[in-house]
Amino acid sequence: MNLLRLSWRMLLREWRAGELHALSFALLIAVGGVTAVGFFTDRVNQALTTEASQLLAADLALVADHEVNSEFISEASQRGLTPVRILTFPSMVVSATGNQLAEIKAVAPGYPLRGKLRIQSGESERVAEGIPDPGTVWLDDRLLAQLQLAPGDSLELGAARFQVAAVLSFEPDRGGGLFSIAPRLMMNAQDLPATALIQPGSRISHRTLLAGHPREIAAYRAWAAPRLARGEKIEGISDARPEIRSALERGGKFLNLAALTSLILAAVAIVLSARRFLERHLDGCAVMRCTGASQKQVFLLYLYQFLWLGILASLAGCLLGYGAQWVLARQLGGLIAAGLPAPSWTPLVYGLLTGLATLLGFALPFLQRLKRVPPLWVLRRELGGPQRINLAGFAAGVGVLLAMLLWQAGEIRLGLYVLGGLAAVVVVALLLTHALIRLLAPLRHKVGMVGITWRYGLANLVRRRHASASQVVALGLGLTALLLLTLVRGDLLHSWQSTLPVHAPNRFIINIQPDQVKPLQVFLGSHDMAAAELFPMVRGRLLAINGRAVSAADYAEDRTKRLVEREFNLSWAERLQDDNQIVAGRWWEKRSAAAQWSVEEGIAKNLGIKLGDELTYQVAGQSFSAKVTSLRKVDWDSFRVNFFVIAAPALLEAYPASYITAFYLPAGDEALLNEMVRTFPNLTVIDVAALMNQVRVMMERIASTVEFVFLFTLAAGLMALYAAIAATREERMVEAAIMRTLGASGRQLLLSQMAEFILIGLLAGAVASLAATGLGYVLATRVFHLPYAFNPWLWAIALAVGVLGVTVAGWLGTRGVLRQPPLQTLGRLG
Amino acid sequence: MQARSLSRQVPVSDGVLTILHHLDLEIASGESVAIIGASGSGKSTLLGLLAGLDLPTSGEVHINGENLFALDEDGRAALRGRLIGFVFQSFQLLPALTAIENVMLPLELAGTASARELALSVLQRVGLGERLHHYPKHLSGGEQQRVAIARAFATQPKLLLADEPTGNLDSATGGRIIDLLFELNREQGTTLVLVTHDAELAARCGRRLRLVDGHLVAE
Repeated sequence: MNLLRLSWRMLLREWRAGELHALSFALLIAVGGVTAVGFFTDRVNQALTTEASQLLAADLALVADHEVNSEFISEASQRGLTPVRILTFPSMVVSATGNQLAEIKAVAPGYPLRGKLRIQSGESERVAEGIPDPGTVWLDDRLLAQLQLAPGDSLELGAARFQVAAVLSFEPDRGGGLFSIAPRLMMNAQDLPATALIQPGSRISHRTLLAGHPREIAAYRAWAAPRLARGEKIEGISDARPEIRSALERGGKFLNLAALTSLILAAVAIVLSARRFLERHLDGCAVMRCTGASQKQVFLLYLYQFLWLGILASLAGCLLGYGAQWVLARQLGGLIAAGLPAPSWTPLVYGLLTGLATLLGFALPFLQRLKRVPPLWVLRRELGGPQRINLAGFAAGVGVLLAMLLWQAGEIRLGLYVLGGLAAVVVVALLLTHALIRLLAPLRHKVGMVGITWRYGLANLVRRRHASASQVVALGLGLTALLLLTLVRGDLLHSWQSTLPVHAPNRFIINIQPDQVKPLQVFLGSHDMAAAELFPMVRGRLLAINGRAVSAADYAEDRTKRLVEREFNLSWAERLQDDNQIVAGRWWEKRSAAAQWSVEEGIAKNLGIKLGDELTYQVAGQSFSAKVTSLRKVDWDSFRVNFFVIAAPALLEAYPASYITAFYLPAGDEALLNEMVRTFPNLTVIDVAALMNQVRVMMERIASTVEFVFLFTLAAGLMALYAAIAATREERMVEAAIMRTLGASGRQLLLSQMAEFILIGLLAGAVASLAATGLGYVLATRVFHLPYAFNPWLWAIALAVGVLGVTVAGWLGTRGVLRQPPLQTLGRLG
Repeated sequence: MQARSLSRQVPVSDGVLTILHHLDLEIASGESVAIIGASGSGKSTLLGLLAGLDLPTSGEVHINGENLFALDEDGRAALRGRLIGFVFQSFQLLPALTAIENVMLPLELAGTASARELALSVLQRVGLGERLHHYPKHLSGGEQQRVAIARAFATQPKLLLADEPTGNLDSATGGRIIDLLFELNREQGTTLVLVTHDAELAARCGRRLRLVDGHLVAE
């Protein structure tokens, strides 16, 4: 208890003496940065999730091919979740001029629970309030065109007549099941009985949409999952369209990467500041030991001081972070349409734990060393202080950091990549520094070859070998982070956004009959759309892998279960599509190649298919088998036509197929579609422009949030740089004062300091560009799955920023000596 | 060397502390002067002002006819490089440099061509010819102070200022350091001003001045 009070008093004294300002500031900024990132990403993630739930029109959907047991509904209501039931089924819609198969969607009031419907009545397009009134329906423009109807006209659906009230221009949950979409008719569920379309055996999809608090949603999902019967499944936000999912996942990774980096930078700043604290307290500790304090007492005294400091600085940091994220959110403005929800308290706990754990994890080795200072140190410095810290001392700190990284990354792979990358940076920086010092050291003895200032700079670099190496490491890490976050981030975001090119296909045409392939190509060609390639499509069910029957029950994941249950869209091809890449095995090159399969690697992994496995499919009532001879990587973001499973032509050519194609239709050219539908009445055109727009907007939002979050990491990086420079600042000032005594001019002082700073800056720049290039490559190819583009500017910028940054910072740090009488510097610091 | 009406005050928590009080001092070329006095009497402050290492609150110091405080920090450094050698109680060697490099430093800063040869001969003179390439941390206290003395004499200064040169050394080592200091002083005809507690050392100087309450009193 006494020690606690004493430590508090000592902390106040140290604070007044300015001993702890640098350390506290580093911790404050670090915790502030981490919590701001935490609070902000928490809110942004919540907002992004909300946006993603619009694609489901709910937070969770219970999907079944029959009416679900009422306990699912009552349980949802009991949990405070709002259930809304919708039914979809195909049916013929009849107008005065003809009839058309349409996808009927009967909705109940409340739909959509997330997102908004948009309709067009008259000239203006607007957000719909509610759903179609009883007796009226909304049609999408495709169905309207096919039936030659206009708002106000009437149509027949089953046994009932309806009036067309509006054009349905946007449904948030239209994304699901791209290829099953026929034109849409939306009606009020109240009118269903009148149509008499709901009969036993009708192909009806029953969806129960649910929305509510994320905790309740998760609890409900956990409750419902084991109760699902055959033909029932749950779709969550993460089961929404794969394009959106991968956008969300990548956005999350970018944000986490920024947070991770600020955490590491905080640790670097803490190590450097704590080391300085140790060096400045060796004397005091030795004196305490002389006056009878035990090692344990000395240790506890400083440990408590650091605990006080950690708690106070972390709390202040949390406040700073909390304040900062509000500023951030304001700056974000209307960027996120859904608005940012209130932050949760988790980041606060995280910030406090981060501050304390990082401070103690990285300061403890120094405190341990402090307690081992021999009392005799007071009298005889030449005895040498306590032994140097070996790197193993930081194992606890690194462990803490690793745990926090994994926690923050929420994903072991990203955490390990970042940590492994940074460990490699440390090793490379140490090796490079020592190698360079070894190389340059002999130069200082060659008088005439290098001037006194360079000789002195070199001498300092050599003597401070370890300090220099740790400075290079810290500066290199700081710079690496900054490079990763500026240039590499820019490159990554750019290549991510360019995965969705401006002229990516925005219309799909399905149901093309074999005899229409040629005429359609001619038609598209005559309208400057010659590039469109037509792909054959055969529907088939996977029966067995290596002779073993495949069943949904064999797989844990919902998505995989669904894949097994439904029919695959199979295709055959002679040539490998250029957005596909073979990752295992070989692609057949000849049209005459033997019967064989090529499988997309993701689905192969999910289904447990390996190269050489024999897959049995059933197509049009016939089953047949062939071996898997290659696995492909597919760029799903390209919005081009792609297939999970492709066969060599010989295997599928004989089966009845329809064709599919995708092409880019410039806005304003929609009239072309009408002409096409008139020429080829059986074709179904699917418009994904709205969906792609959603994806694009999302990418832009994520990119800007990352840019905001990046500012904090930048501040943390600058703190690490500052701490690295400050670590040897006082030593330099004393040395400069001594040189002053010996008659050195201001210019000589400046040059000798600069010489050392330039060397350190060059090394740090080299380390950082190596590291950022390597990490950028790994992150791009392994984590973000994006093409990597080497950026030569990175090297030029890293070296320039390294040299300039370190030199300017060093100059700012030591210029005081030039103006101050030397004895004042020596008296204060010596 | 002349000091006229030299005052030095430092701000303290409850006002201003006057360390030196309108102090006048004149030292002729070739003289040896010991400044003695109780701890905290301002001896080191005075020495620092005489070397232009600190700034006075008021007053002037002239060395070789040049007004020290009319120069800027660079000008004073250049003057020190030409005329003054300084020996600190705590040696103040640069830890990054070897013994010979420490001695070469003021010569190189002044642009002397034969720095290495000169440094070598001074180090041999102080008996460290065998330890040229040792770093300060590998030298004993006495050896470090000998390097510091060699560094001070290397530029053949007209004025040598020494602040408690034996303060950090045992008496036997201190004795040898003092012998060395006076020998070099004789050989080079340097003016020597030293601050000391050591009565024996003070006795060897031509003149002794005691600093009492900010005033100098001749003994």
